[in-house]
Amino acid sequence: MDKIKSITKVLTKSREISLIFVLIILCAVIQLRNSQFLSLANINDLLVNAVIMSILAIGMMCVLLIGGIDISIGSTLALSGMICALVMRDNPQLPAIFSFMIAIGVGLICGLLNGLVIAKGGVIPIIATLGFMNIFRGATYLVANSQWVHKEQITPDFQNFTLNGLFGINNMIIVSVVCYVIFAFLLKFNRTGRKIYAVGSNPEAAEISGINIKTIKILVYSLMGALSGLAGALWVSKYASAQGDSGKGIEMDIIAACVIGGVSLSGGKGTVLGVVLGCLSLGILNNALPLINVSSFWQDAIKGVIIIIALILNVMTQRTLDRNNLKRREL
Amino acid sequence: MSESEYVLELNGITKIFPGVKALDKVHFQLKPGEIHALMGENGAGKSTFIKVITGVHKADEGEMILDGKKVDFQGPRDAQAAGIAAIYQHITAYPHLSVTENIFMGHEKVKFGKIQWNAMHAEANEYLQKLHADFSEKDEMGALSVAQQQMVEIAKALSMNARIIIMDEPTAALTQTESEQLYKITETLRDHGTSIIFISHRFEDMFRLATRVTILRDSHYIGTYNVHEITNDELIRAMVGREISDLFPKPVVEIGEEVLRVENISRTGYFKNISFSVKKGEILGLTGLVGAGRTEVCETIFGIENKSSGKVYLDGKEVDIKNPTQAMKLGIGYLPEDRQHQGLILDWGIGRNITLPVIGELSNHSWLNEKKELELAKKLAEEVDTKAVTLFDTASSLSGGNQQKIVVAKLLAAEVKVIILDEPTKGVDVGAKAAIYVIMGELAKQGYAIVMVSSEMPEILGMCDKIIVMCEGKVTGELKRGEATQEMILEKAMAKSHHTTEKQSEVRING
Amino acid sequence: MAQPKRVIVAEKVFSWKKFFLQWEWFLVLVFILVNVMNMIISPYYLSSSGLLTATSSFLEKAFIALPMVFVLVIGEIDISVGSTVALSSVIMAVSYNKLGIPMGAAIIICLLVGTLCGFINGIILTKFTELFPMIVTLATMILYRGIAVMILEDQASKNFPSWFSNIFWGKIGSVPYMLLVFIVFAVIFGIVLHKTTFGRRLYAIGSNKTASKYAGIEVQKIRLIVYTLAGLFASVTAIFLTSRMGSTRPNIGEGYELEAISMVVLGGVSTAGGKGRFVGAVIAIFIIGFLRYGLGLINTPAPTMLIIIGALLIVAVMFPNLKLGNLFKRKTGTIE
Repeated sequence: MDKIKSITKVLTKSREISLIFVLIILCAVIQLRNSQFLSLANINDLLVNAVIMSILAIGMMCVLLIGGIDISIGSTLALSGMICALVMRDNPQLPAIFSFMIAIGVGLICGLLNGLVIAKGGVIPIIATLGFMNIFRGATYLVANSQWVHKEQITPDFQNFTLNGLFGINNMIIVSVVCYVIFAFLLKFNRTGRKIYAVGSNPEAAEISGINIKTIKILVYSLMGALSGLAGALWVSKYASAQGDSGKGIEMDIIAACVIGGVSLSGGKGTVLGVVLGCLSLGILNNALPLINVSSFWQDAIKGVIIIIALILNVMTQRTLDRNNLKRREL
Repeated sequence: MSESEYVLELNGITKIFPGVKALDKVHFQLKPGEIHALMGENGAGKSTFIKVITGVHKADEGEMILDGKKVDFQGPRDAQAAGIAAIYQHITAYPHLSVTENIFMGHEKVKFGKIQWNAMHAEANEYLQKLHADFSEKDEMGALSVAQQQMVEIAKALSMNARIIIMDEPTAALTQTESEQLYKITETLRDHGTSIIFISHRFEDMFRLATRVTILRDSHYIGTYNVHEITNDELIRAMVGREISDLFPKPVVEIGEEVLRVENISRTGYFKNISFSVKKGEILGLTGLVGAGRTEVCETIFGIENKSSGKVYLDGKEVDIKNPTQAMKLGIGYLPEDRQHQGLILDWGIGRNITLPVIGELSNHSWLNEKKELELAKKLAEEVDTKAVTLFDTASSLSGGNQQKIVVAKLLAAEVKVIILDEPTKGVDVGAKAAIYVIMGELAKQGYAIVMVSSEMPEILGMCDKIIVMCEGKVTGELKRGEATQEMILEKAMAKSHHTTEKQSEVRING
Repeated sequence: MAQPKRVIVAEKVFSWKKFFLQWEWFLVLVFILVNVMNMIISPYYLSSSGLLTATSSFLEKAFIALPMVFVLVIGEIDISVGSTVALSSVIMAVSYNKLGIPMGAAIIICLLVGTLCGFINGIILTKFTELFPMIVTLATMILYRGIAVMILEDQASKNFPSWFSNIFWGKIGSVPYMLLVFIVFAVIFGIVLHKTTFGRRLYAIGSNKTASKYAGIEVQKIRLIVYTLAGLFASVTAIFLTSRMGSTRPNIGEGYELEAISMVVLGGVSTAGGKGRFVGAVIAIFIIGFLRYGLGLINTPAPTMLIIIGALLIVAVMFPNLKLGNLFKRKTGTIE
């Protein structure tokens, strides 16, 4: 009995470890129901779908780390995707790399606007990003004259990016892994990266020790925007079209993935690994449900329930931990 | 460059904020390797003065001379670079980050843009060893106690090669043992040549550590004295500018029937088998070291938390209190330890603060009765003699002592029989302290039963009829007024595993 | 006590300057501006029937804003109300169309569903006080709409009795029923917020939850009530919305929570809690509503409206932080 207790203790100590554990069990269960689940093709499919989410989730993690939030990412994604698609439509001779850069650039500007309004304008993040969510979405429609950009109008090079890969691994997966590595490094070994954690952990202390909080905020939101832009380009490439309502509602999924991955909403706490696992969880969910014959119409409800259960479980575990700590205080 | 005998000198420092002159031609001289105390009432200007030294504020007039050379700090970083470090009362640390990171924040060891974690951990470890710390540099800052966090702050100062360390109320949140540890560390720092300035309201800190003390009063510099040549009375007079006779006017009051009795109440992990009783007109002191569980006992009686076992009796009848609303209806009032976060709504006017607990009673079936509210608020605010002009002055605009008076007024608004005061004079200047003691005496005379939680020996001995000493969650002693001495209380307050052969420093029993 | 006691002033000194430098007057200014703009756009605008009809274009959303004021005053947020609108509407439609329940009872069911949705939010948040409102209502936002999708999939549900559409379209003279209902509720909410002990406690909780607890306020009970109200009025919106369209789908009400928050925030209620006045929120509702209406009159495309509303929200909140806006102060609590 004690051995089981100590094993559970080790497992639950690290949130990431317990999450991996849960995912392994989940995969095993699903595999039992449908042996196609762990096939190479399906895994590839799963990962590719999760990848766009994960790029956004890294950015969202940085925003959450400083105690902020950004619900405009879906609109930023759409706007950058749309603009880069339009540019491609009107300039088919442009190499694909330029389209990517345009998308990232547009995203960067969107993020910068968010950052400026929040840091210099003193508007709280939920309101600022709410406003820009509407503005960018409206802009997306306007810029496209409320039309779509179709498959035929998108350069084949660009489309192929997400179809091709290196050594059998899809390009998108490579891109996102590169993003993880870069961000994981920056957040751990770079001084500015640590400043992000500092600002989220204790803004007053950060201010006093001379960290320019406004700069950090602007930086973080701009990064989020740039990543949204990248995701926007990937979206257009993958779905071979740019629509006005691309990415609508994706911000909620992303925030959920971060929460599942252990990122604290009040700031200061969160790891790249946790976020990746969170995205994987959501990706597995999205992929597995149809495989076990769950109607796609049930997906959202199930997602909602899972998030609530995850949240409540978090609280209960913490309370039990606290209660046990108290019991151990021999009086 | 002239050789100065002082490592730091400030001359004629004046600092003006909109509408307030915080410092008026203040002088100060710090010798190398000296521990220098800075004392004065709240609002005298000590905090502002410290902030000028550390570069947070820029003086409007006057000059600062460091090692004989004039300096002009543009910001905190300049002061840090010059070797001046400050350890503030409210630790500004990063709770989610490690001890090492807290120590090195802002001056991390970096090679080619990459942070050298291993080197930083190693150095942090060295500092912790030097300070005899009982925790690791990899621990999360938020998991440490206040005393441990303070040690990290000192390590931080060391890591920045501070030659002048300023401590703002360093022992305010420490137990006796931890304070002793801090004294030792401070003395070690001094022996290594660091000069130290500290602000404290505690005379024992000053007598124990300092060689000289500078007194500020109402933004003015009053004087610098040798610690061993000045008496407490002279000190108080210098700080307050007036005679405070009879600091503890607990009138002799007829003690009536028992009002509150707790029998063997326990709360897992916090306290066990606590029993005591309070009578009408009686003041019961609940003392012990920080962490003994006194506030937890009070919060349990008041219904903020629930007890795990035991019984509570009011006027002889057993009661089961599940929340503060119930507690107040039954006649228990509580003055919380943290007046700014628990006791008051700082954004509100003092009138609204006072009437908040009783708006229900003053209302007509939930319709607010503003007239009755204003009447009651005015009556109570005047009764506690709070220094405010109108009932609409915001609570945040008052000084600590006056804020405390408002919380007391709030207590009186509800019809209570038992008043529990948790550290009523913490962070309150001498003048306001005296006023609060007067109020307490009056309340006792009026027949309230009073429980006072306090860590300040003088007020426990001076105000209480009965003293309950707690240690690590249990009652270790019950003493009566007159028979109790400071030594007895200390002995009962300390855990049995500590050696009681601790040097008993000659601490004067005075406010 | 031999010393003479200090006398404290209990009367509030009235200052014209302070009176007019309030956020709400600024809103009135904006409101007048919007109306002037609309008058220029359309000559028919100022006729009473025109104005009253104008209210029909936005008022059904406004019901959500009423309890949202309470939610923001206590310093919290509820982004699930849009989904609650969808769910209660869908269940109402299905009760009538598929289960054959009489329409009157179906309407009651709609209200019950909304109340239940709000109640669930409240229970989770008050039993697990460690959780943040943002994340819980995010989860229920996904859940509630998810359930609506489970029920109706991608279909619509129509065929309501003909009298049902009267709820939205009906008028007394030229005054729409909905406007009357709105006025009644707005007045009730306003009075509760500013004149009752409940309202005062809301401000207390929003300013300092801990101090409120220590002052004997039943914080959790009040939170539960507030979230339940939010759900209930979401279902009121659902009734009017469904009545207006004569049909329902699981994706109705999308974005309503954000509009409601915009209205309330523009009205001067700070998201930090403890500040703002109800009348401000009501003026803001009409500002946004009439602005939309006016823009609609000149056939402003929907995307442009999105941009304008988004920009309006940001500017409204930024304004007090800029030098000029600091003139117009926002109020803490009721009068003080």
